[in-house]
Amino acid sequence: MSQFSEVFAALPIDAYHRQTLDTSSSTVEGILHKGRAEDLRDFAALISPAAQGKIEELARISRARTQRHFGKVIRLFAPIYLSNECINVCKYCGFSRNNPIPRITLPVEQVVAETRKLAAQGFRSLLIVAGEHPKYVSNGYVETVVRECLPIMPSLGIELGPLETPDYRPIVDAGCEGLIAYQETYHRPTYKELHPAGPKKHYGWRMETPERAYAAGFRRLGIGALFGLYDWRYEALAVAAHARHLYRHCWKAQINISVPRMRPAAGGFQPDPAYQMSDRELVQLVCAFRLLLPHAGLVLSTREPPALRDGLVQLGITTMSAGSSTEPGGYSHFDETTWTPAEDQPGEQFHIADERSPQEVADMIRSQGYEPVWKDFDQSLVSTQQQLEKV
Amino acid sequence: MRNRGRSNSRKRGLPLAAILSIESQFPHHSNKSADGATQPPGFTNRWNRRRVIVLIKLKTTMQNPLECTPLQIGDRVFRSRLLVGTGKFASNETMRDAVAASGTEMVTVALKRADLGIESDPFADILDYLDFDRYLVLPNTAGALNAEEAVRIARLGEAAGLPKWVKLEIHPDPNYLLPDPIETLKAAEILVREGFTVLPYINSDPVLALRLQDVGCATVMPLGSPIGSNRGLETRAQIAIIIEQARVPVIVDAGLGAPSHAAAAMELGADAVLVNTAIAIASAPSRMARSFAVAVEAGRAAFEIGLDHGQNKAEATSPLTTFLD
Repeated sequence: MSQFSEVFAALPIDAYHRQTLDTSSSTVEGILHKGRAEDLRDFAALISPAAQGKIEELARISRARTQRHFGKVIRLFAPIYLSNECINVCKYCGFSRNNPIPRITLPVEQVVAETRKLAAQGFRSLLIVAGEHPKYVSNGYVETVVRECLPIMPSLGIELGPLETPDYRPIVDAGCEGLIAYQETYHRPTYKELHPAGPKKHYGWRMETPERAYAAGFRRLGIGALFGLYDWRYEALAVAAHARHLYRHCWKAQINISVPRMRPAAGGFQPDPAYQMSDRELVQLVCAFRLLLPHAGLVLSTREPPALRDGLVQLGITTMSAGSSTEPGGYSHFDETTWTPAEDQPGEQFHIADERSPQEVADMIRSQGYEPVWKDFDQSLVSTQQQLEKV
Repeated sequence: MRNRGRSNSRKRGLPLAAILSIESQFPHHSNKSADGATQPPGFTNRWNRRRVIVLIKLKTTMQNPLECTPLQIGDRVFRSRLLVGTGKFASNETMRDAVAASGTEMVTVALKRADLGIESDPFADILDYLDFDRYLVLPNTAGALNAEEAVRIARLGEAAGLPKWVKLEIHPDPNYLLPDPIETLKAAEILVREGFTVLPYINSDPVLALRLQDVGCATVMPLGSPIGSNRGLETRAQIAIIIEQARVPVIVDAGLGAPSHAAAAMELGADAVLVNTAIAIASAPSRMARSFAVAVEAGRAAFEIGLDHGQNKAEATSPLTTFLD
């Protein structure tokens, strides 16, 4: 099987990127008339400046396509941060190893306690997040967390430092079924500049993570770029190409794409203003992804402000987090009634923009005539009765 | 184990007068039927014994004015030939109302969405919105990637007190949700052997349909077009062969986007159809559900009466058989 890193190197992303700037509005109209983007060329046209003028029509088609495949529902999940220990230097990340933040790795009991707290809020889908550290996030720690959380959370995913396929298997066997690995930036020179030290500097190895994870048995794969590090149109084309590759080679996996934009974080990284992506461009991108990839899950986190999140509920997003803390142990300090942190969170990865509680977000979704879906996976699909009893 | 209310106090085929008399005992439960309307507090967790009462007007239309023959699947008889799926709705209340409006007697629920534990889970309570006295709740195995997973989740549903019926769907491809024929056949063999009434979702493959009948499936459920596509009977010719060869009811499942699609399937001789997306994402799901119900009745009645399919009559300029005169 050809790995995406090899395929990507041969793709004319730069040419598509240039094409976005030359797209005419009649080309965009033609694609809207078809109702879908058939290839990366069509997709490039939909993310072009020319397509900005057609955003309302784009949104209408995106909404209809999303409803047909996913219905009038938004799936909800919560991230839980296990550890902010990290050996990587990523210039934009709050967990970057040189940042003077309090370093925390949660004991398993605290993870379970926080998971219970999240379950009481309604969550039945959890994303386990941690920095990359061979000493703290290793030796069966993640597997233990997965096993202990399973009776509380029927659906578990991970977002950790990449591993080799054999190292993923015990995590899958423990009952984990989702994996997220963001490339951050697909632009190789930018990647090199922003990741000067640590295992994350290996661009190709990171890019192949979803394929290694699929080989280990993960059934949900999440990819994405962190918008703000390089030109968003280039990144969008790369993500789209990556998703299309995964559709062919990892055909049993549900492919999810996240669309995170840079948020302020410890370290004070200043993104190049030229790479900033506007709200309008983000909406355009979500809709363009939908027209190219009608079946892809599109994920929106609490990085985005409430008004924008509310607006995107109907336009193509399928999955949202809510009431998130990005600090290990952060939920331990949340008031269970108001779901607000009782103290500052100096160990957070980044500061969220939508601070509403899970219930407030669920109410917002309902108010738009959509159902917030908390549970969409049952552990019995992947675990035998004996495994469940052992848990 | 919770009692899922498997008893059916309303027998199939009760006369209208009897139904009206039963339901007139609950006049205040008719409540709201508008899409998205909510029920009073306290309703949601009582699904195991609570019957959903609908408007009198609806009861009369639920009767089969066209007097079609009832549908028998396994040991059960159904007056309605419309099955309804419960996913993709804007709310559970909307789903409940649309299901009621459809007049269906069989609804399918993805077990992955439900909580099958001892206690009702307010965050996974889709089953609370279904009246087990009124509908046969048909658990489905959506989410299963292979036979092993499908069998496991079917057993779990039964253990949780759901009917020992299963809509077997195994679609490892999460995009078009097309069913895996090999795994479906494997799982069907196991589940039939274990005493389940098995209704397999399949691609419109006549040989697979026969193989599934050979192993003892209660129906076959070929797709009209991919789930959620609303493209109608794109597999019409294959479905016609399946119907021609069938020894069990044929239920056309998936892709029916308009009442005319459902009517066409019934006119073709399908025994029933299953509709979900087209109802769930309609701007008025209950009305759309009724529209499908009417179309299904019309199509079935026309099939039973016998349609004149017309002829493309061509006259040869020089008759070919004059030598016989």
